[in-house]
Amino acid sequence: MKIGVYVCHCGGNISEVVDIKKVTSFAEQQADVAVVRDNAHMCSDVGRNLVLEDIKKHNLDRIVVAACSPQFHGKTFMDIVEKAGLSPYVFEMANIREQCSWPHFNEPDLATRKAKDLVNVAIAKVKLDESLERKTMPIGKRVLVVGAGIAGIQAALDLGDAGFEVHLVEKEPTIGGKMAKLSRTFPTEDCAACILSPKMADVPSNPNITLYTNSTIEKVSGFLGNFEVTINRKPTYVNDNCVACGICEEKCPVKVPNEFEQGLTTRRAIYVPFEFAVPYRYLIDEAKCIYLENGKCGNCKKVCPHDAVDFEQKPEKIEVKVDTIIVATGYDIFDAKEKKVYGFGTNKNVITSLAMERMIVHEAEGRTTRDIGRRIAFIQCVGSRDEQIGNEYCSRICCMYATKLSQLLKRADPKKDVYVFYTDLRAFGKGFEEYYKRAQKTGVKFVRGRVAEVNEDSKTGKVMIKVEDTLARQIIESEFDLVVLSVGMIPGAGTKQAAEVLRMTRSPGGFLQEAHPKFKPVDTLSDGVFICGCAQGPKDIPDTVAQASAAAARAIRLMNRGVYAVEPITAVVDEDLCSGCATCVSVCPYEAVKTEIVNDKRVAKVNEILCQGCGSCSAACPSGASQQHWFMNNQLRAMVGAALGEEEE
Amino acid sequence: MKSNTEPKIVAFCCNWCSYAGADAAGTSRLQMKPHFRVIRAMCSSRIDPELILDALKKGAWGVLVAGCHPGDCHYVTGNYRTHRRIALLKNLLQELGIAPQRVRLEWISANEGGKFQKVVNEFIDEMAALGPLELAGQPTAKEAS
Repeated sequence: MKIGVYVCHCGGNISEVVDIKKVTSFAEQQADVAVVRDNAHMCSDVGRNLVLEDIKKHNLDRIVVAACSPQFHGKTFMDIVEKAGLSPYVFEMANIREQCSWPHFNEPDLATRKAKDLVNVAIAKVKLDESLERKTMPIGKRVLVVGAGIAGIQAALDLGDAGFEVHLVEKEPTIGGKMAKLSRTFPTEDCAACILSPKMADVPSNPNITLYTNSTIEKVSGFLGNFEVTINRKPTYVNDNCVACGICEEKCPVKVPNEFEQGLTTRRAIYVPFEFAVPYRYLIDEAKCIYLENGKCGNCKKVCPHDAVDFEQKPEKIEVKVDTIIVATGYDIFDAKEKKVYGFGTNKNVITSLAMERMIVHEAEGRTTRDIGRRIAFIQCVGSRDEQIGNEYCSRICCMYATKLSQLLKRADPKKDVYVFYTDLRAFGKGFEEYYKRAQKTGVKFVRGRVAEVNEDSKTGKVMIKVEDTLARQIIESEFDLVVLSVGMIPGAGTKQAAEVLRMTRSPGGFLQEAHPKFKPVDTLSDGVFICGCAQGPKDIPDTVAQASAAAARAIRLMNRGVYAVEPITAVVDEDLCSGCATCVSVCPYEAVKTEIVNDKRVAKVNEILCQGCGSCSAACPSGASQQHWFMNNQLRAMVGAALGEEEE
Repeated sequence: MKSNTEPKIVAFCCNWCSYAGADAAGTSRLQMKPHFRVIRAMCSSRIDPELILDALKKGAWGVLVAGCHPGDCHYVTGNYRTHRRIALLKNLLQELGIAPQRVRLEWISANEGGKFQKVVNEFIDEMAALGPLELAGQPTAKEAS
């Protein structure tokens, strides 16, 4: 046996804390170690070639790299070992960066001692590594996309255009998400509906996309290449016969606030969500329909000329099989009622920015839904950067949408006084700073200061704002006709539900956690599950679209070759030791172990395709017959011994 | 970790949540006492109670087992198995006259670097207070073979 040990400096990240010389000379003293080297960057071309050439020149048959986390560069070095003609599994990594130099930088001596132990643990394990081979499994071209806002739409269209079979699931009765509600988009001021509606229309016309609206994912089981999804479709009580003629709506006696219009207008119990909804078809609001409540109306059914109203519709469960999953479940806006000091919900002249978006659309269309007034104030960071309400993060869009809305108001009527009260003005994106300058030139007044008080004058209905201008260092008390709360983003209800169903990790703010913040921004720790858009964290439309295309590309990368590599770290049973007790069968979460009769004896058999390699059965086996490749019992024990400084026997 | 004057802790971490959580602690430069050694398994349910006993026998002052939060296990139900096994093991330790707190089970997710730091520092302090594990009857040569 000839082991090569390679110690990385990581450009100082490791070597500034850990004494590399002590680690290399320790490694040199270990039995079977033939070559020990150190390098500034083992992951660089130079470092990789060092390993590659040594394997050939010195006939090394085991490799240990002491560097960063195996989750960061494990695959990099496994690929090198494989390229040199060895099994990628005769390789171990000692994590002396994330788990040594970084968390112990104040204690270099103890960190060096720990680094030696960690190298020793890796050597102890690598000696017992088997020459496992990566296997390939067939994979299809089917994708589930959850959420059909702009992120889900973009991902679905990219995949559909590339010839992949897409199942697009949206919980609302129409696709389009939050973007459909916006007036214009910063910093170019494209009309949101004008750039979004063609993409929405492309979805049903794409032959590779199956759309499920009014639907949620109820259950997902399986794994990459083999996901089984249960979709729950709620009834709309209107069937495919509907041509959206609108006769039913005229006869519906129920009036409720229109949620798409932020309650600025009303709609009927039978309605189309908005004028460019996809699918463009009526549905019945089951919580508001009189017939569904007590059977006493049914006007819509009586007048429908196409027999499209069907009160007998029931929720439907649809099973689909997919190979990969993209989660694009988006955000909800922060509930401004939670920030009581601003009086939203009690003061009628305090509204959300989303309501202002709709009011600007209505103004532009010549159908004013409420008076905007002459003096308008925007309050920034409502529900963002606010530890009192528990949201530490910046929502990233509010500075720019307030800049947009304020200058749209000012340009439409230069006589208006428009103020933006901000914490910091963050104009970080391409063209944003220029856009902000333009708003200033338009005459919008940007005042740095967090608003302390918002009070309604009970006689005039006007809103009194008290704020400290922290640049001019003076207290401002001023009266406004309308106060707009620039509400931030919170993880959407759909995001929370998807996280539960798919067992995804969430970041401290509650958004979905990516596999690596820089190099795997749309991957998750579950193979074949990707995230994009505001489900991952607050972001604007360009970033959302970019991430959605990235998620589609990452999914295509896995599926396009028709096969994918699987790790051979499955369970394995020693049939001589196996007593056929079937304890392993009962603990397997994948039904991957079964017993059968071999040579007149009942023994456990592992289905290597179903086995996902958790090792639970190996831990449960009372006779030591069940083991897990790459985590064999003797390996784990040898690692424990090495970690505790036990001498090798 | 050769001398027995300072605590020796073995921390078994699952690949998906707690090992990533340990990495997250390091990436955030959260400082921890260095007296622990992490051993990675794919799932906390791979950690056989016998392996924990093996660590105690070989001189660990304490053993930490860390897995994904309930409901978040990468392997669906693995961490529930771990939960039950550790509970049984603690009963056994009590019977054997070994302080059950020498084995600690924690749920630490991939982003909980802060929790990893807190748990490790706390556990090391607790084990330092408890001192090394004195096993009454070290095995004779015959028993060990």
